[in-house]
Order: sequence, then C-alpha cells, then structure tokens
Amino acid sequence: MSAVSPKAAALALRLAELTLPAGLAAARAAAQARLAAAGLPAKRDEYWRYTDPASLTASDAPLADLFDAAEEVPLFANINRLKLVFVDGHFDAAVSDDLTLSGVEISRLADVPAGHWSENAYGTLEAAGQTPILRPLAALNSAYATDGLLIHVTARASKPISVIYLRKSEASDAILHHFIKLDPGAELTLLENGPAASRLNMVLEVDAGDGARFHHIRAQGLDHDRRTVSHIFARLGAKSLFKSFTLTANGILTRNEAVIEFTGDHAQAHIAGAAMGDGAFHHDDTIFITHGAEACESRQVFKKVLKHGAVGVFQGKILVKQGAQKTDGYQISQALLLDDDSQFLAKPELEIYADDVKCSHGSTSGAIDETALFYLRSRGVPKRAAQSLLILAFLADTIAEIEDEAIAEDIRARLESWLQGHED
Amino acid sequence: MADVAFDAPVLDVPVLEVRDGVDRETIETVASMGAYKYGWATEIETDYAPKGLSEDIVRLISSKNGEPEWLLDWRLAAYRRWLGMEEPHWAMLNYPHIDYQDQYYYATPKSMSVKPKSLDDVDPKLLATYKKLGIPLKEQALLAGVEAPEGERRVAVDAVFDSVSVGTTFKAELAKAGVIFCSISEAVKEHPELVRKYLGSVVPPTDNFFATLNSAVFSDGSFVYIPPGTRCPMELSTYFRINAENTGQFERTLIICDRGAYVSYLEGCTAPKRDTHQLHAAVVELVILEDAEVKYSTVQNWYPGDENGKGGIYNFVTKRADCREARAKVMWTQVETGSAITWKYPSCILRGDDSQGEFYSIAIANNAQQADTGTKMIHLGKRTKSRIVSKGISAGRAQNTYRGLVSMHPKATDSRNYTQCDSLLIGDKCGAHTVPYIEVKNSSSRVEHEATTSKVDEDQLFYCRSRGMDEEEAVALVVNGFCREVLQALPMEFAMEAQSLVAISLEGSVG
Repeated sequence: MSAVSPKAAALALRLAELTLPAGLAAARAAAQARLAAAGLPAKRDEYWRYTDPASLTASDAPLADLFDAAEEVPLFANINRLKLVFVDGHFDAAVSDDLTLSGVEISRLADVPAGHWSENAYGTLEAAGQTPILRPLAALNSAYATDGLLIHVTARASKPISVIYLRKSEASDAILHHFIKLDPGAELTLLENGPAASRLNMVLEVDAGDGARFHHIRAQGLDHDRRTVSHIFARLGAKSLFKSFTLTANGILTRNEAVIEFTGDHAQAHIAGAAMGDGAFHHDDTIFITHGAEACESRQVFKKVLKHGAVGVFQGKILVKQGAQKTDGYQISQALLLDDDSQFLAKPELEIYADDVKCSHGSTSGAIDETALFYLRSRGVPKRAAQSLLILAFLADTIAEIEDEAIAEDIRARLESWLQGHED
Repeated sequence: MADVAFDAPVLDVPVLEVRDGVDRETIETVASMGAYKYGWATEIETDYAPKGLSEDIVRLISSKNGEPEWLLDWRLAAYRRWLGMEEPHWAMLNYPHIDYQDQYYYATPKSMSVKPKSLDDVDPKLLATYKKLGIPLKEQALLAGVEAPEGERRVAVDAVFDSVSVGTTFKAELAKAGVIFCSISEAVKEHPELVRKYLGSVVPPTDNFFATLNSAVFSDGSFVYIPPGTRCPMELSTYFRINAENTGQFERTLIICDRGAYVSYLEGCTAPKRDTHQLHAAVVELVILEDAEVKYSTVQNWYPGDENGKGGIYNFVTKRADCREARAKVMWTQVETGSAITWKYPSCILRGDDSQGEFYSIAIANNAQQADTGTKMIHLGKRTKSRIVSKGISAGRAQNTYRGLVSMHPKATDSRNYTQCDSLLIGDKCGAHTVPYIEVKNSSSRVEHEATTSKVDEDQLFYCRSRGMDEEEAVALVVNGFCREVLQALPMEFAMEAQSLVAISLEGSVG
C-alpha cells in the first residue's frame, strides 16, 4: 500500500498552489496538520452527498464573469456603520474607514503583530468544530488565509462593522478569515456583503463571552458565477446571544456551514437563511448545533426559492449532549419549487442524549399554493405580482430573525428587486 | 381486573380507573407485565451443518432443500459476490465485529430430517413449543388471547423453527380460494415458475451486504401468492423461532399479490435467552400488482439481551415492497421491541401511478439495545402517496435512531408524502436520533416532514400516579398512548400483543 491515496494526491495538488502566509505560525501549523489528517472533501463523503466539492477543492479557481449590478442600491447605504472594504480578498485601506471604533479593537490578519491576543485564539474554534465531523476546507482556510479581521469587542460597539467584499478580477481566489472575540457583556453587529472573489473560502470564528451579544447579517454577492464555501464557528458562553442571517441570491455554488456550540447555560442562537436561485444555482446550508449546556435555545430557519434547475440543499443537525437538559431546539427548512427542473435535498437531523428536552424539526417542499394565488388574482393582483407577493410571504420568517428594522428593510428591498428581475 | 368495585381493598389490588381514551385492555396489559416471556429453549435434538460459511455450506443448504440447479447457481453467485462486499457501518449502531465463520448457517430439528406429511406427524415437542408461544397450529384456533366467535377470524400460520418450516396450517382451505401459502422451500418445488419469476426481483441478490448473505444461505421462509381479484379469506402469518445456539436464521419471504387481490400478513418472532449474540438476516420481498393491496405487520420480539447487553439477536433485515403497477398499495406496520441490534428499513417502491405506501412503526429500545430503523419511500409514479408515522422510545442506556428516505423523482408529479417522527426519552442515559433524507425533484409534489423529541409528560404521569398506578405502570400507559396511532394500524390480534410488549419492553426503565 505504498500508493498515494486519491485524497492525499488531491490535497498535494491543491497545496502546491498555496503559500503559507506569515504570522500566527503556531496556529497555522496546527491547522495544516488538521488538513493533512483529514484530506480534502470529495463527493463520496456522506457530508458532501448533495454538493460536489470538486470546484471548491480544485487547485485553481474557475473563472467567473464580473457582474454589474448597476441599478442595484448598495446594501446598508443608510446605516451608520464602520465601512471596511476588501477587494478580491485583500483589505483596501484607501476606501475603508479607519480601524477605530469605540468599544472595539480591530487588527488585520495580514499584518498581525507578534504577541497579539489572537495567537491563542485564531483557529481554535475551527479546530473544535472538526469533531465529530471533519471540515477540511475550514482547516485549509485557517492555515492559508491571507487576510481578514481580528476583532476584539470589549464593550457595546458604538456602530455596526460593515465589511464589503468587492470583486474586480475574473480569476480571484480568496481565503479570508475573521476572528471575533466578544468579552462578557460586549455587543457587536457585523454586516457583510458582496461577492469577494471568483472563489471565496471564508471562515468566521465568533467567541462570545458570558452575556455577550452578536448580530450577523450577511448578503452574499449577486455574481452568477461566483463560488463560495463559508464556515461560521461560534462558541457561546452563558446567557449570550448569537444571531446570524444570510441572504443568498445567485451564485453558481454556495456552501454555507455554521457550527455552533453552547458552552454556557441559558444562551440563545438563531440562524436563518433565505436563498433564491434561478438557473445555475446550487445552494447548500449545512448547520451543526451542539447543545453542551443547560437551558439553551437554538433556532434554525432556512427557506429557499428555486427555479429553472436551481438546487437547494439543507443539512441541519441538532446535537444535544448528555446533561444538556432543558434544551429547546427548533429547526425548519422549506423550499418553494417554482418548476419541475428544480430540486430540494434535505437531511434535517436530531441526535439527542438528554431526556428533558424539547426538540423538533420540520421540512417541507412544494409549489406555490394555488389557492392563495387564485385568491390574489381574484382580487385583481396580476399573476406575476401575486407570485412575488407569495414568495415574499414565504421568506418573511427568515427576515423576521433580523432584529434591527432598518437592516431588515434593506434586505427586504434587495429581495424584492431580485424577484422583480426574475419573474419569468 | 375488568370491573373494579369501588370498595375493593386498595392495598391488595391497585384500583385503576378507566378514563376516556384509555381502553381496559391497555390497563390489563399494563397490570400483567412480565419480563421477556419467550426466553426458554426447547430441548430438542438438532442437526447442524458444519460451522462457518463456504461454497460447500451453500451447496448443502441447497441440497437439503432439494433445489433445482438454477437456484443453486443463484445462491453461489450471491455468495461469491458477498465475499467481496463490506459490512455497512453507516448506521448509528455500535457492536463488536461479527465473525461470520463462527456461526451455524443451518440447523434443523432431527425429527424434521424426514419432512412430516402433515402437522399431525410433527414432533410433539415442536408443537408444544408453538403452543407455549401462543401460536396456534391447530386449524380451528386463533392467536392466543383473542376472544372472537369461533370461525370468524382465523389465521393461517407457517411456523419456522431455526432453518426449516415446521408446517403450514389451512393450506387446503386456502388452496380452494386459489391462494398459495407454503414454505419457500416447498414453493421452489411446487411453483418453480412463480419463484423463479419473482425471487430477487424486488431485493436483488446484489442489494446490500446482508441481503446478499441471505441470498446465499437462506434456508426457509414463507411464500404467498394471491391470485387476481382474490381477497385472501384469512390472515396469513409466519412465526419465526430461533432455538439452536450459535445459529443464524436467514429466512426469505416472498409475497406476490396479483391484480386486484388483497392479503394481510403477520409476522412474529422470538428466541431463547442465550449469552451469545445470534445473527438474523432476513429478506422480505413484496410484489404488488395493479389495484392489489398488501398489509404486512410485524411484531419483532427477538431476545434483546440482558440488561448489560449480554446476548441478544443481531437483526439485519431487508424488507421491500414493489408497487409495480397502478394503484397498488402497501402498508408496513412494525413493532420493534426485541433484538440487541436492529437494522431494518422496510421500503416502498411506488412505481405504479397512483400507488400508495404507508409505514407505521414503533421502535422500543431499552437497557443496552440499539435500533436503527425507518423506511424508504421511492416515488417513481405519478400521483403516488406515502405516509410515515414513526414512534421511537428510548430507555435505559439504549440508542434509537429513525433513518428514512423520501425521494420524489422528476416524473413522480403530483405526489405526496407526509412524515411524522416522534421520539420519547425515558431517562437521561439513552439517546434518540432522527436522520431523514428528503430528495424532491419536481415542483408539483408536496413533502412534509415533522419530528419531535421529548420526554414522558410529567402531568400525564402525575395523573396516572394519583390514580394509584405505580410509576412503571404509569409510564407504560403513557407510552401506549404515545404509540396509539401505530397500534391502531395493526390487526387486532397483533395490537394486543404489541400493547403488552410495549409495557414489558420498558420494564426496569424507571425508578
């Protein structure tokens, strides 16, 4: 058995295209070891049964046409925020605000000084998220990420941090990694939008101390040909709050993983996603929530609108460990299939080792309700408008997970304009 | 315990009040709980084939059954394929490595070496075994414990003991209706055209590790053919008993329900208490043609092992129904209370337009038992419907997993699935898991899946306790309520047995 396994060969090929960036050497070396042990994911892996990772693991990023969203109103334009801009995966100080915000200390991964707090933090949540399921693309990210933000939140941030990811190259291949550390009682809202790169591998680690509050609103770029694999790793202390919402419209391939672990009692995590695909669109939400503490509440709300051969995937798991009594776990995944070419593939899982819990999941798939459509049309609403209205109503539960009304309004507007552009 | 007088001495007999929605049988059942009742062994001289598995053993089983050449070749092809297969480990089951060479693949009571011509010639010890199990092998009898007017509900029984069928009742009467009900070894001889046409047509010998093993070494099982337009005049039943030690049971059941026909089939199984694990790998194939309907009910009560997980049956079963033509209908109902390990996914291939599949399941795992069970609903035809109701109960240190697949193919337009999976946890050391796969590839079909996990409701328990029940009785009663939807799907005889099993299986799970 001296032959190199196919997985090892694929990994060697991928690594040949990468160079190890400077800084955080120990953390990066540990991530390299995790990656070497795991190998790259392949379609045959159970965790990738519905999404082919080939284009995410290939040594070169496939080219992606640039997308001109000329009439599109920029997201979050009217929100008072700290704007930080990345272009093709590199921080662009010239168009960004200063890295200063009261209650927050921000550093760049690309020039992290020796002795920085992140040396003991970077990659640790990703490492913890490798059990019980391997996430090799996240380990690859921790090892080879070229840029990102290291954010230490010490109090209540005075305004949201808004990260904008622009893309100017058809061949950009970006690996970005952010670490957000929230001290006990601290609070931050993180806004993210834009395509970032032709191929983006993104990791966001969030370490929330006791009583901390973290709000995350993300709109993945409208570029049709872009490919994304993203991982959120969160560790939640007692009585902390974690809320994350993702809007995905377009994108040939998106795999969004969220790996959340409750380590303190009475914490809350709400994760939501609205995805809309028309044509060449493959969107995969893969969620893993571990209840390792008592009386925590988790909520997953994922909805997908699919047409013209778009594929929606949902894999969501609630794991309740022994002793995590009084857990309240809820999960819903729903798809609206607008024609017979589209597909919805779901694997909603529960794994429960504690008895005093309340856990449920639901999953549905179907077409637009003909009765509702008929009702609207009988009231004089044209068919297309009626359809859009019903689609908006279908997605409303996900947007309801956004606490800030102004931000929710921005997301709703983005969604409506997409629907107007895809009525056929 | 039927009518309890109000002045009954409270200390002697717990006074049970019958409240709305709880029938008396349930309460009586609860009151008559006992430990695993079928754990005794029959002392009988047994002929074994040599231990282990080889082509010679496959040939031996085939020759013992007097099989034609084609079937031997079929077995050998399966065996050769099996040698190159790997045992699947994707289920949430944890068990030590199975040594397939450390098993007997064929065991038969010595008295069966010359096949008895009728039940009257069968060794009385064997007949006594079935009598003790409550299985009637006399043609006027009913399943034990059911009181119905003579002659009204009758059940024909095929009794399988270790590797052979002991006998089949009501054969003559069934033959009058055109129904063939016999052991599969007899069917191979007497109806080779039917067996050859349908055997392996639903579960091919290449299907999976355990089905392939079964294809190579199956020794006996039941065969049913219901001719077109016939409603089977009575319920058919097979009772499987593993008696010999270190012996695997590999039975094969083939049911063909021709156009417009109907049959209700019951399956029961038990085994003695043994300290070593025993292997059971069965295959059940149902072929259902146009407008036909099969109702298949199982009460699986193999020996589950002791409270520390010593002994018990490893149950790896492949069951599949092929609704081959329009409007065919199948209903699987299973009560899984026994076995140390259960690996079982009775499936429905809904190939015919407007065909229907239903799956009702109760899986109870207590002590060290592990169950990974569920169903597959493969929608291929237009306007096909399926319904899944699964109730999983975990107690002790047991692990109980529902694993299922609902697949709507692109051509299965206007189809419908509804799935409800509920899990109940009793105690904080057990686990309940749900692993559904949902694959929808057309827009006009509707798929709905719901699952919940919770513990036994404290208020309900308190209510029962305040009515004088002890905790174990109260839990059994509440659990019976939790399972009601599935119990109601069972034929009457089985429903009662199942209710009492629910109570017995949970013994020792509280307090």
